[in-house]
Amino acid sequence: MSLRDLFLFSLRSVIAYKMRASLTALGITIGICSVVILTSIGEGIQTYVVSEFTQFGTNILGVNPGKKTTMGIPGAIIGSVRPLTLDDAQALNRVSGVLAVVPAVQGNVQVEGNNKSRRTTLIGTGSQMPYVYKFELALGSFLPADSDGHRSRPVAVLGAKLWKELYGSKNPLGDRIRISGSRYRVLGVLKPKGEILGFDLDDSIYIPAHHSMVLFDREGLMGIDVLYSPHASTKELTKGIHRVMLARHGAEDYTIVTQERMLETLGSILAILTLSVAGIGGVSIIVGAIGILTITYIAVSERTSEIGLLRALGVEPRTILILFLSEAICVASLGGLLGLVLGISGSFILKVFIPALPIAINWYYLVLAELIAIFVGLVAGILPARKAAKMDTIEALRTE
Amino acid sequence: MIHLDHISRIFTVGTQEVRALDDISLDIGAGEYVSIMGPSGSGKSTLLNLLGLLDRPTHGIYKLQNEPVSSLDEEQQARIRREQIGFVFQFFHLIPRLTAFENVELPLSLNGVIKEERAQRVRSILDSLGILDRASHRPDQLSGGQRQRVAIARALVVQPAMLLADEPTGNLDRRSGREVIDILEDQNRKGLALIVVTHDPDLGKRARRRIRLEDGQIVQDIRNDQTLPLEQ
Repeated sequence: MSLRDLFLFSLRSVIAYKMRASLTALGITIGICSVVILTSIGEGIQTYVVSEFTQFGTNILGVNPGKKTTMGIPGAIIGSVRPLTLDDAQALNRVSGVLAVVPAVQGNVQVEGNNKSRRTTLIGTGSQMPYVYKFELALGSFLPADSDGHRSRPVAVLGAKLWKELYGSKNPLGDRIRISGSRYRVLGVLKPKGEILGFDLDDSIYIPAHHSMVLFDREGLMGIDVLYSPHASTKELTKGIHRVMLARHGAEDYTIVTQERMLETLGSILAILTLSVAGIGGVSIIVGAIGILTITYIAVSERTSEIGLLRALGVEPRTILILFLSEAICVASLGGLLGLVLGISGSFILKVFIPALPIAINWYYLVLAELIAIFVGLVAGILPARKAAKMDTIEALRTE
Repeated sequence: MIHLDHISRIFTVGTQEVRALDDISLDIGAGEYVSIMGPSGSGKSTLLNLLGLLDRPTHGIYKLQNEPVSSLDEEQQARIRREQIGFVFQFFHLIPRLTAFENVELPLSLNGVIKEERAQRVRSILDSLGILDRASHRPDQLSGGQRQRVAIARALVVQPAMLLADEPTGNLDRRSGREVIDILEDQNRKGLALIVVTHDPDLGKRARRRIRLEDGQIVQDIRNDQTLPLEQ
């Protein structure tokens, strides 16, 4: 029997029991469908998170104060942490490969301007922030170069939303605003940048880092972000930063966080997420497999007399095995295909109704899902197909 | 064509041995018309199953076309069934989801005949049995007589050397039964060896050679209305 005829014969059997076959395939369909939708969401979240973290550029590393270490001597002097200062930031600027540095201090303040007042986020930063984070100005200019040192002038730049809230569409340039009682002159307004992980960058006010430290009565910065040349090697760069910082602090009381490390951590979290998603899909596929197993058993015992006939017509046991196996595979792969179609359209529908939900379909997973469906059919079909192949011809022919 | 040499078929039921066929020797030539009769449990069906290579003898040698076939492996036996033996059953054994045409086509597909040739051969055999107009009907849309004719067409389409019929009229009314017998005898006249197992004495009598089994032994072997001595 040619493979084509064999396949057609199996297909005919599947089609003959449309209702039964489709109900059985439904198990696989649901499994594959959920795998497709869940992996699409998983993929989407991954791309989303990565783009959230890289929207400020990929060649940034952070220097944060403090280091997690365990010391042998409690309360000893070597355990003390020096604060990160603006001078540290200036020094890092001179490390080879470093393009720019941004000191960072963050807090919550009351801003008064245009006879209105609003509590908002204050970000103490330096003149190079727009360059490093790829911010653009809507009006005026950003903090001047002297904002990076200790003698900065009291100037401020508004985020797009804060500007809207306080001034509507009025031009605020040159206006004086009060931040927690101190007066600042508005130099510029940023274009909208959006949120990063729920933090609204537009509903913020930006002032020189030194002023923010005074405002919050802080000794040091919360961190220093370093933009480095895309051609510089991270390893060399980290070495250079360590050299400068160790010379200034005497000990490693700071932590360098590279974006690679951050993405690595995220990646492993997302991998676990994907794995659990695959687990959920896997369970429903197993349920589907049991359905196929059951239905193939039923088919074998219902069609006992047909098996007898086929044997009498000279079909070898091996071919009988293949016939029932291919029926099981046929049901499973059709179920899988339907699952793919439903899953893909489901993903698109989800995207239409919940645009915020990041969804990305990964074709690799789709192919994998269909292969799994076929494999499931094969495995589920083996036992009943073997039963069919081993059947006694005379007994089978006698069965009505 | 068929040569059975001291064939026995012993079944073990529990601890008891049942001799379904007890030391049978028999020769059937090409183109013969043989009826096998006998009471229930006499071994008729066992003999037919052995002849059709659906079963193996416990003792003895079965030669088909001078070739010992009872010792062949499953695959070789399947091949002989596929190419040389046609079966007709009491309950037709048509595949319910396939049309008459597809049921008849099945053995040709099994033999790897190409599609164009299959269609042509199926049509011609259905035509010669007068059921071409029923080609696209499924078995449940056919009468009993038509079903058996489809089954006969399926057996004949591979042009076998012998046709084994187990109660071919047992499930049919008198008229359809006679039509089926007509078809079978017609094929026999064209050179096909026809072996019919039946309870029906009217049908049995029609055969040129009549074999009677009792308790697994041949008790009578009559040819041309002339009683032949028992082979022993």
